[in-house]
Amino acid sequence: MSKVRVLVGTRKGAFVLSADGKREDWTISGPFFGGWEIYHVKGSPADPERLYASQTSAWFGQQIQRSNDGGASWEPTGNKFVYDGIPGTHQWYDGTPHPWEFARVWHLEPSLDDPDTIYAGVEDAALFKSADGGTNWSELSGLRTHTTGSSWQPGAGGMCLHTVLIDPKDSKRMYVAISAAGAFRTTDGGTTWQPINKGLRSEQIPDRDAEVGHCVHRLAMHRTRPNVLYMQKHWDVMRSDDGGDLWREVSGNLPTDFGFVIDVHAHEPETIYVVPIKSDSEHYPLDGKLRVYRSRSGGNEWEELTKGLPQSNCYVNVLRDAMAVDSLDQCGIYFGTTGGQVYVSPDAGDSWKPIARDLPAVLSVEVQTLA
Amino acid sequence: MIRIVLPAHLRTLARVDGEVALDVPNGATQCALLDALEERYPVLRGAIRDHVTHKRRAYVRFFACERDLSHEPPDSPLPDPVITGSEPFFIVGAMSGG
Repeated sequence: MSKVRVLVGTRKGAFVLSADGKREDWTISGPFFGGWEIYHVKGSPADPERLYASQTSAWFGQQIQRSNDGGASWEPTGNKFVYDGIPGTHQWYDGTPHPWEFARVWHLEPSLDDPDTIYAGVEDAALFKSADGGTNWSELSGLRTHTTGSSWQPGAGGMCLHTVLIDPKDSKRMYVAISAAGAFRTTDGGTTWQPINKGLRSEQIPDRDAEVGHCVHRLAMHRTRPNVLYMQKHWDVMRSDDGGDLWREVSGNLPTDFGFVIDVHAHEPETIYVVPIKSDSEHYPLDGKLRVYRSRSGGNEWEELTKGLPQSNCYVNVLRDAMAVDSLDQCGIYFGTTGGQVYVSPDAGDSWKPIARDLPAVLSVEVQTLA
Repeated sequence: MIRIVLPAHLRTLARVDGEVALDVPNGATQCALLDALEERYPVLRGAIRDHVTHKRRAYVRFFACERDLSHEPPDSPLPDPVITGSEPFFIVGAMSGG
């Protein structure tokens, strides 16, 4: 029988949540790396027992942990993230030049076909690659040194590269997203990059439809349609049907189109999910009601999903890396909150129940579907 | 032998209990001590000071003999009681909670 393993990164450690395909009875193990911020944990699609975790601390820096047994045991790998050449400056919050400084790894994206190859999206924004299981890291510096790099600026969480999507049909074609620079695409494995932000409009920058400067919170893609991209921007839910060449807004009837997460149903490429958040100044659900919204038409028409979710006095946030889907026949949807809850919907969003209620604030959620 | 007291998170990383005792060659300076510590426990590289510049991380402090040695030049000699092992060298995470 199939199983699922949910990998949860929190402010105070990592947790592994396991269940069979019914997704009713859960075993929770952890905390791993207790007391450390775990920004992301992700498994290799090529070898599900190979996991990587970003373990970080303002005090003691960055560690990358690796597991070869599905998270039962871990070993530290390489943590030397050094920018290529002289890093230069980007914009600070006040618009003044600020030196590029490595702070942490936000997102780890293993290769689709090689367990030892992995990408790391970091703050200050850059993309690194390891081809030896995380032991050695080198920057794909064509991104950071793009001619627009000096104008990128941090969002409230820092200037982070938080999304890495690899085209399943062409591994040299990848998309990344940076807060607050925007989305970028490479077609040569990361050597050169092109901003793909046409169609975005942001009130927070002087030129509202500028080439870069947009605070993209998350990108999502269905594996069968790598040219169709979905985006949760600071404000606005967006869609592109041409690999990011042009975006159009699909916020439709959402009660608010601010939010962080966006994800796609495992078997229905036009079914997408968001969690609307009240505003950029109030990072919690509208009216104290935690609601997931689902569109079965790739945007514009949205339905609220509330069964099993708190509908009063709920003021948690759902951060950008904290939603995931499994690939069981009945697709499961998962998300974690800053209140430490991890919710599962084993019926594609129709109903929800908590797997855990009292973890530390959840930073990231990933799911592995295991044979 | 020089005695080093690590903060809890770094003891966990290095998988050690209690103090660390090291022979420090090349003169007993703060830099030589950290070189020897990182040689023994490579996982600590980058956790106390920058990989490349060797600048102390902002939230890490060095104490010994009831003095704050955080701002001493890296090549300055360690206090004699640290060199003789009668006093430990403390690597400390800046005051924090949570």
